[in-house]
Amino acid sequence: MSDQSTMPGAPLREAFPEEWHRFTPRQRMARYLGLLFAALAVGWSITSIDVIWEWVWDAPAQMGDLFGRMVPPDATNLATILKVLWETVNIATIATLFAVLVSLPVAWMAAQNTTPNRATLWLGRIILVSSRSINTIIWALLFVAIFGPGIVAGIAAIMLRSVGFVGKLLGEAIEEIDTRPVEALEATGASRAKVILYAIVPQVMPTFWAVAILRWDINLRESTVLGLVGAGGIGIILQSAIDTFKWQEAATVLLCILGLVLLGEIISAWLRRRIL
Amino acid sequence: MIRNPVLRWTLWLAVAAYVIGTVATLPVNWPRVSEGLSRAAQIFGGAFPPSFERSSLLIDGFLESLKIAILATVGGVLLSIPIAFMAARNIAPLPVFYLGRALIIVARSFHPVIVAILFVKAVGFGPLAGVLTLIVYSVGFVAKMLAERIEEIDFGQVEALRAAGAPTLSVLLYAIFPQILPRQIGLSIYQLDSNLRASAMIGIVGAGGIGATLANAFGRYDYDFALAITIIIVGAILVSEAISGQIRKRI
Amino acid sequence: MLKITDLVKRYGTGDPVLKNLSLTIEGETVVSVIGSSGAGKSTLLRCINKLVEPSSGSIELNGTELTGLRGRALREARRKIGMVFQGFNLVDRLTVMENVQSGRLGYISTWAALTRRYPREDIRRAYELMERVGIAHYADKRADELSGGERQRVGVVRALMQRPEILLADEPTASLDPKTSEQIMQLLRDLAGELKLPVLINIHNVAEARTYTDRIVGMRYGRIIFDSVPGDLTDEAMEEIYAGIPSRDRAGGAAAPLAMKAAT
Repeated sequence: MSDQSTMPGAPLREAFPEEWHRFTPRQRMARYLGLLFAALAVGWSITSIDVIWEWVWDAPAQMGDLFGRMVPPDATNLATILKVLWETVNIATIATLFAVLVSLPVAWMAAQNTTPNRATLWLGRIILVSSRSINTIIWALLFVAIFGPGIVAGIAAIMLRSVGFVGKLLGEAIEEIDTRPVEALEATGASRAKVILYAIVPQVMPTFWAVAILRWDINLRESTVLGLVGAGGIGIILQSAIDTFKWQEAATVLLCILGLVLLGEIISAWLRRRIL
Repeated sequence: MIRNPVLRWTLWLAVAAYVIGTVATLPVNWPRVSEGLSRAAQIFGGAFPPSFERSSLLIDGFLESLKIAILATVGGVLLSIPIAFMAARNIAPLPVFYLGRALIIVARSFHPVIVAILFVKAVGFGPLAGVLTLIVYSVGFVAKMLAERIEEIDFGQVEALRAAGAPTLSVLLYAIFPQILPRQIGLSIYQLDSNLRASAMIGIVGAGGIGATLANAFGRYDYDFALAITIIIVGAILVSEAISGQIRKRI
Repeated sequence: MLKITDLVKRYGTGDPVLKNLSLTIEGETVVSVIGSSGAGKSTLLRCINKLVEPSSGSIELNGTELTGLRGRALREARRKIGMVFQGFNLVDRLTVMENVQSGRLGYISTWAALTRRYPREDIRRAYELMERVGIAHYADKRADELSGGERQRVGVVRALMQRPEILLADEPTASLDPKTSEQIMQLLRDLAGELKLPVLINIHNVAEARTYTDRIVGMRYGRIIFDSVPGDLTDEAMEEIYAGIPSRDRAGGAAAPLAMKAAT
């Protein structure tokens, strides 16, 4: 093999390899298998899903048509919409408040280093898991059946879903605290309540506020859809506008929701900067 | 937090007044609630023991949710990549950047249930509306996170390949993708998990999947079947959360 | 031959960073550019491969005018200019071989790049060069597993893979410890001879510039005020390059040329 004399002075030239592969055959096989698996999953989904394909190709036209009917937004009912929007904010805020209060003892139970015994630990964890795994809408479905339609069902649904979220993050924060202040206080013979108040609470305060603000922001979004299952808030107006084909009013509602959510994001970002 | 004591106390008072005012004026219909409590007893009584009798319906519903989640994840992630590049300040020119950010904000601001209702109206009941909804939902999250990652890349690597005369697409493949790929994979797996969760919810407004099965059972007062469905949903969510957590930990 | 004539670079409306700068580099010489931070060394290098667009003037590489090139023509011109960076600028998550081959991205199709199907000739050349700089056994390692000196060797090989007509090095040793730094300078010097390649190096370390380069260009506030063999770089000249009075230069008064004997 004649190596071009591109490099005079290079040491004795053995034949340099002309092949290189990024992966060993085994790695390549594993990658192909992974790809094959993904392709099979997608293939299975596409071929067996209950979809009329003509509708898929028609979908963009249908969406365009829908948006066409929404323009221009009709603001005649704006006063009512804004009033209900305020109600939506109330649902989110009150529910967050209650959820935060309820989640404190739950977090305390579900944190390994503060829970009194194994039974309470498991109770705490079960509450968190069941609260977290069931969607707000499903909770709302249940509470509408119990309390009847209205914002009370909405508050209860959002609260129950939030307890799991806040409690889990708070419990993790409690588990990650620095144990030295706790030991120091215990060494002075402080009571259990005093240890919690002076050694644990100050450490989890920042997380507490951060989680509460974050959840409020999420709840604002969630409370906009409660009305669709009858649990109060702006969703009711949206639903009735859609059901009666008042698309222009629906557009106004959607714009109001967009504004509300953006405002909520701005407020929570501001609060986070102020408090943390 | 707030130095001025007057301001601080006024603020606390305002908050207290708001809470008391709102709670006091909650339209609680007490007779309806007490009636509701007995109804709750009825619901829970009817729900136990959960009925797995119509398990074929249950399995079909669950599999449909899974299909919706898979297709929405694939579609959503594929769509998220260009949108994320559009919304990355260090890559996109200013007008494109604003367009990309606006797309993400709109996708993020609307709850999937609202999006689902609109799609159901536009393309009819069924899983198609579900897939479209969750594609929007995925874009809202994946594109946002990916755009943030793209904004953090080491631009020196891009510069080096540009300096070597590499065409734009090759620069993208060699200098940018390797930097964002781990995040991309993590996000995709997280989103699959997230979509499975959400698909159980949007079914309630007619977008297919196990949520539709649940809403039907609830509407027909089949509370025992509804509980069985709920148990399956919770179980599936826990399993998928555990799997996705494991995979993401290994990456 | 690299021929820079009347090069001006101005950011916004401010004082130009490069002021009517002219410089010619011929043959396989190793030229170092010295000067304090902000003298415009880096901008000069980046103007040559158009990472920075010059405001006016001309840059000619072996008969091709580089200023004003765009798109495909620019990419083709850049292939002829290798560049080594201070921060190495390797793609951390790719293997050494992929990094080295990324010097060929301007020559191969995007599809070949994506599937890692590099031409046989390129692979052989890569092994040859990696062997020459002592990193061939790292071909399959990820770039971020290597030490600083090794990473810079990968950077050098990547630039050489382009089969460049000139090699630019922007503070190639500033991130390295003194010993590794000297090894890299020696390597650049040797490669210039072996590959008959002109090399233009921005450098802070004047001792290294004296030892390893044939010609030293001293810059101050966007002008070349010294250009000669290392032997001519007297203490007085050093003083002038590094401790100049900015106001005098900014006012536009030309500094008296110290030694302007273009070394070849």
